[in-house]
Amino acid sequence: MCLAIPGKIVELLDDRNQYAMIDVSGVRRKVNISLIQHEGVKVNDWVLIHVGFAMNKISEKQALEQLQLLQEIGEDKEAMAEIKGYQFD
Amino acid sequence: MLTDKIAFREPTIQLSHGAGGKASRRLIEGLLAPYFNMKDLNDAAYVQADQAKIAFTADSFVVNPLRFPGGSIGELAINGTVNDIAMSGAKPLAIVSTLIIEAGTETEILEAEIKAMQEAAEKANVAIVGGDTKVVEHQKADKLFITTAGIGLVDPRVNLSAGRVQKGDKIILSGPIGDHGITILFARGELDLEADIKSDTRAVWPFVAKLIDAAAPGLKWMRDPTRGGMATALNELARDAKVAIVLEEEAIQVRPEVRGACEILGLDPMHIANEGQFIAVVSKEYADDALKAIRQVPGGEQAAIIGEVHESDRHIVLSRSSYGGTRAIDMLVGDPLPRIC
Amino acid sequence: MRFIDEFRNPELIKKTLEEIERIIEPDDHFRIMEACGGHTYSIFHFGLQELLPKNIEFIHGPGCPVCVLPPGRVDEGLEIASKNSDVIFTAFGDVMRVPGKKGSPLNHKAMGTDVRMIYSPLDALDIAIKNPDKKVILFAIGFETTAPSTAITVLRAKELNVDNFFVYSNHVKIVPVLKSILDQPNMRIDGFIGPGHASVIIGAHPYEIIAKDYNKPVVISGFEPLDILQSILMLIKQLKNGEAKVEIQYKRVVMEEGNVSALEIIDQVFEDRPAFEWRGLGAIQNSALKLRPEFAKWDAEVQFNVQKITIEENKDAQCGDVLKGMLKPNQCKLFGKVCTPDNPVGALMVSSEGACATYYNHLYSTMNY
Repeated sequence: MCLAIPGKIVELLDDRNQYAMIDVSGVRRKVNISLIQHEGVKVNDWVLIHVGFAMNKISEKQALEQLQLLQEIGEDKEAMAEIKGYQFD
Repeated sequence: MLTDKIAFREPTIQLSHGAGGKASRRLIEGLLAPYFNMKDLNDAAYVQADQAKIAFTADSFVVNPLRFPGGSIGELAINGTVNDIAMSGAKPLAIVSTLIIEAGTETEILEAEIKAMQEAAEKANVAIVGGDTKVVEHQKADKLFITTAGIGLVDPRVNLSAGRVQKGDKIILSGPIGDHGITILFARGELDLEADIKSDTRAVWPFVAKLIDAAAPGLKWMRDPTRGGMATALNELARDAKVAIVLEEEAIQVRPEVRGACEILGLDPMHIANEGQFIAVVSKEYADDALKAIRQVPGGEQAAIIGEVHESDRHIVLSRSSYGGTRAIDMLVGDPLPRIC
Repeated sequence: MRFIDEFRNPELIKKTLEEIERIIEPDDHFRIMEACGGHTYSIFHFGLQELLPKNIEFIHGPGCPVCVLPPGRVDEGLEIASKNSDVIFTAFGDVMRVPGKKGSPLNHKAMGTDVRMIYSPLDALDIAIKNPDKKVILFAIGFETTAPSTAITVLRAKELNVDNFFVYSNHVKIVPVLKSILDQPNMRIDGFIGPGHASVIIGAHPYEIIAKDYNKPVVISGFEPLDILQSILMLIKQLKNGEAKVEIQYKRVVMEEGNVSALEIIDQVFEDRPAFEWRGLGAIQNSALKLRPEFAKWDAEVQFNVQKITIEENKDAQCGDVLKGMLKPNQCKLFGKVCTPDNPVGALMVSSEGACATYYNHLYSTMNY
């Protein structure tokens, strides 16, 4: 369920920090950020948006780590196969 | 017996019957075609007048709001009919238009549309030669409804027929999709979304004219993917030509903002209406020339070959992604609706 | 698009598929339930079911908040609007074509009832503020993903003293329904692809009960092809090692503890219904949310005299069995013949993430192209 998509905060709209303007590939909408205020929100943060609300911040670090993990699939095996080839074990 | 052919049994007419998708087809094929004795259901009809083959079409425009980024109902009304004629391989010649106006509508609104119609007609090189005007009571029409009917002279070099489409033929698309439908959705103001998107409404005859010059012998079928989007147009092709169509997802252009809007709303660009694009099925031998010809006309730079015709007893449309996953592209029942799930 | 395109990288997809193929052995047969309708949609939309080895069988779960609505609920909401000309019925697009006794919300709209589609619950509140002489009902649907948004909207209505805005709550909870499915006799599910977005709110802890009490692994997954493939990889590894843990694949947005703020807000505004009738699954305890008594002023069920409407379901419709994962959509007697997206008998054929609509629209993609 639940279509939620990544968007970038381009403007914080009010003092009480309840609304921000987000940008998704050039499309802009006002979203309510009260659910993530406790995480601290700034312009250029990426957030996950669902029905006009930001649900959570998106961790770029975690995203990169995940991609890195997937990149490494098979590389361990290749490295092992190479070592075995040298008959060190 | 006529009654045998009346397949449409629904007790009332609903909005979905006008959306251009499956429900519309049911109404047209199941009720109108049997009574009107129509066999071929294309955008325009061919009428033989001695030596001349005339393309003849009509279309109605009920868009709301009347004005939107990139155009207005008046412009759509002219371009829409010009394009239907063009899709029949005919040079648009003349248009008549009927206006149904809701009583109480400000004159300046009507005037703006009349002006838009004339400007579009001049740009498309057609004459508005007549029509009719009616006014109905307040709330019996949504400010303005326009119907246009048009005629064109079919180019004798052209022979368009779904029956000619065969395995190996290439599918050419004139440009990016989704602009018009998303513009209208935004213009209604209910979704509170802003973006630099405008309707792609334009006359496509200039592209078609060059396409005919370059590739007439190989040109087999054309359609403009309006209401119901690419999905409807291509599924109609698959059905009528009794083939399967395989598209390369990466080749279909969608502007970033249109893509963003579709992602936010959970819509598929393939179901969204276009008012300035067309699809042409061209034989393998002529495909490159056809593409080149369209690309040379200003506004045609983003034309691309987006897929191919396959032989199959399942008359479907498939789209293949860059990593080899395929998905079926089906016609919607009614208008595409934003979703949150 | 950032955070979307990277997870559609063709090279990485191929790599992950190869790794899955490498680990799978010929005799393996894994029955994996993707709980969430969004995952059902993604799997077919990205053509993954064709690319994965046949040893993996997907059991489509009930995580489609529109599909699980008991027949009659939409009618109850529409009754209020069609009987009172000063009532505006608002709902997300997903609800608009759900077939009711006298037609869908869209049908009602075409016949003159004031039915409006909204994108956000806040839009409904806005309509109420702009139309003080009307009463606006928000037909609220969604799992825990959407409940906080409805809750904030109610709090805002209270803050602004809006007294013509009402919520008709159909919010449901994912873990109770998964438990209920696991409790069905003859239900073999080896592991779960856990809902990505509901988990952004509730975190990983609520799924512990599935891992501990039922000994089934759960991997909370994102919705892009790489997310789903990586989750499948993680599940298969657990199954091969005889493990049953809750893991988060969708780490870029899901945290162990969920969104604490959102959970507090849900708790502030909503309470569990003792029981809620689910389509095909019967009554499940503590599986749905209703407004707390202190918010009765904005509760449509309190403020309007809503007569419960029970609909006689088509006896041959097997929506419940499909929702439970006991049947594949194409095994339902009505599938494709009587029940089609054109003429849906149940909500699973209406919702674009319903298993039946997904199957119908993609049935052909199992061809070899």
